[in-house]
Amino acid sequence: MKIPKSFLGYKRENGRAGTRNHVIILPVDDISNACAEAVANNIKGTIALPHSYGRLQFGADLELHFRTMIGTGKNPNVAAVIVIGIEPKWTKRIVDEIAKTGKPVEGFHIERTGDIGTIMKASKKAQEFSQWASEKQREECPLSDLWISVKCGESDTTSGLASNPTVGNLMEKLEPFGVHLCFGETSELTGAETVCAARGATLEAKDKFMKTWTSYNDFILKEATDDLSESQPTAGNIAGGLTTIEEKAFGNFQKIGNLKFIDVLEPAEEPKKGKGLYFMDTSSAAAECVTLQAAGGFNIHLFPTGQGNIIGNPIEPVVKLTANPLTAKLMKEHVDCDVSKILSREMNLSQAGDELIQTMLRVANGRLTCAEALGHKEFVMTKLYRSA
Amino acid sequence: MSQPDLIIHDEKDNVGVVVIETTKKGQECSAWIMENDKTIKVSSTNEVPLGHKIALKDLKEGDTILKYGHDIGKVVKSIKKGDHVHVHNVKTKKW
Repeated sequence: MKIPKSFLGYKRENGRAGTRNHVIILPVDDISNACAEAVANNIKGTIALPHSYGRLQFGADLELHFRTMIGTGKNPNVAAVIVIGIEPKWTKRIVDEIAKTGKPVEGFHIERTGDIGTIMKASKKAQEFSQWASEKQREECPLSDLWISVKCGESDTTSGLASNPTVGNLMEKLEPFGVHLCFGETSELTGAETVCAARGATLEAKDKFMKTWTSYNDFILKEATDDLSESQPTAGNIAGGLTTIEEKAFGNFQKIGNLKFIDVLEPAEEPKKGKGLYFMDTSSAAAECVTLQAAGGFNIHLFPTGQGNIIGNPIEPVVKLTANPLTAKLMKEHVDCDVSKILSREMNLSQAGDELIQTMLRVANGRLTCAEALGHKEFVMTKLYRSA
Repeated sequence: MSQPDLIIHDEKDNVGVVVIETTKKGQECSAWIMENDKTIKVSSTNEVPLGHKIALKDLKEGDTILKYGHDIGKVVKSIKKGDHVHVHNVKTKKW
């Protein structure tokens, strides 16, 4: 297949391009959710991103909170941002960082005004942003403007046999076009960690990966009360035939094809070494992982599933594929790309990779994903430890 | 290129994955090895559903299960060729 060299995206002020054109109402903290949701309810064409945290966090956990908030606002799939927090200081810190992209952003704090006054002020600004964004047009953008993140979920043995290798095939074909790529799921590489580390493009990348994985594994060993059965593999994984974390890890690892990763990112960190494949330290829980990758600046997501994970994200479209023929049949409304014919050998891996490229480009050009059409917008902050 | 009943990733593997809805007891299954494109036969000793694994040889306690050519866990209860291989007879070596 001849791969198209461009897609239709929204060009942003900082030179990046979006596959979507959202105006988001971003609450800084849990207690500002009500206000943010009221504004989004008032003003059509906006979306609120409620979440559970943002108060009394400290240290690395607080920095991750800020990084996720700021990165979400900076993502090129977002045209403009309203930030609402209880206090002025943290609100302003987020606004100032998002403003560096050049996109419209305005902050509001609730203290000394109350919800109703804040909702009124923020709604006026949100209306302005929504109408402004609605005039933005899609333009031709080079494929290198695609930042593609990947994560698999409710995996089974068909993931390792076919749907994950399909993603790997897409990566191998698109890497020469200069795209950014990202995989994560630190805990779910357990068992394949040394094989994965060997894929570091440099000694530095290899060391950084092993350090990241070891720290995760030490944490799991410290907190685990048993062998993590019930969690890794999950009940869904086991029902699908996956027996151990090692088996799951080698299946997971198929998603990067034969590529090498050039750097290891902190959760929600933006890549800084240019085009190529990155590993991001993330939880293996789907919504947490995709939220972190979106905050890292990734603008389209590929999600292979075995038993049928249904996740979506509010700003980064999640394209789902499966190789499990039962899932493709029983959960059709969640499957953007069916590659189950690989198992019956009616389709080979390269054909499946081409089909996934075509599906992904249609979504990049504006086609709603199944998860978008079904209203999935899971925005889940990763928390590192208890608040003060 | 007929439809296989099992798929094996690597020729070193001692398990194959069922890719039909279920195997029947005693069914002679054709197992396609992806790595070298060969097909071998193995008889399923019980009903094994889609996505689950079948042993390609006899395995005893302490043996290593190989899939993708890699170690994916240890045998904790002896397994006969053609048996269903899963959490009842295999455990992780991690955690």
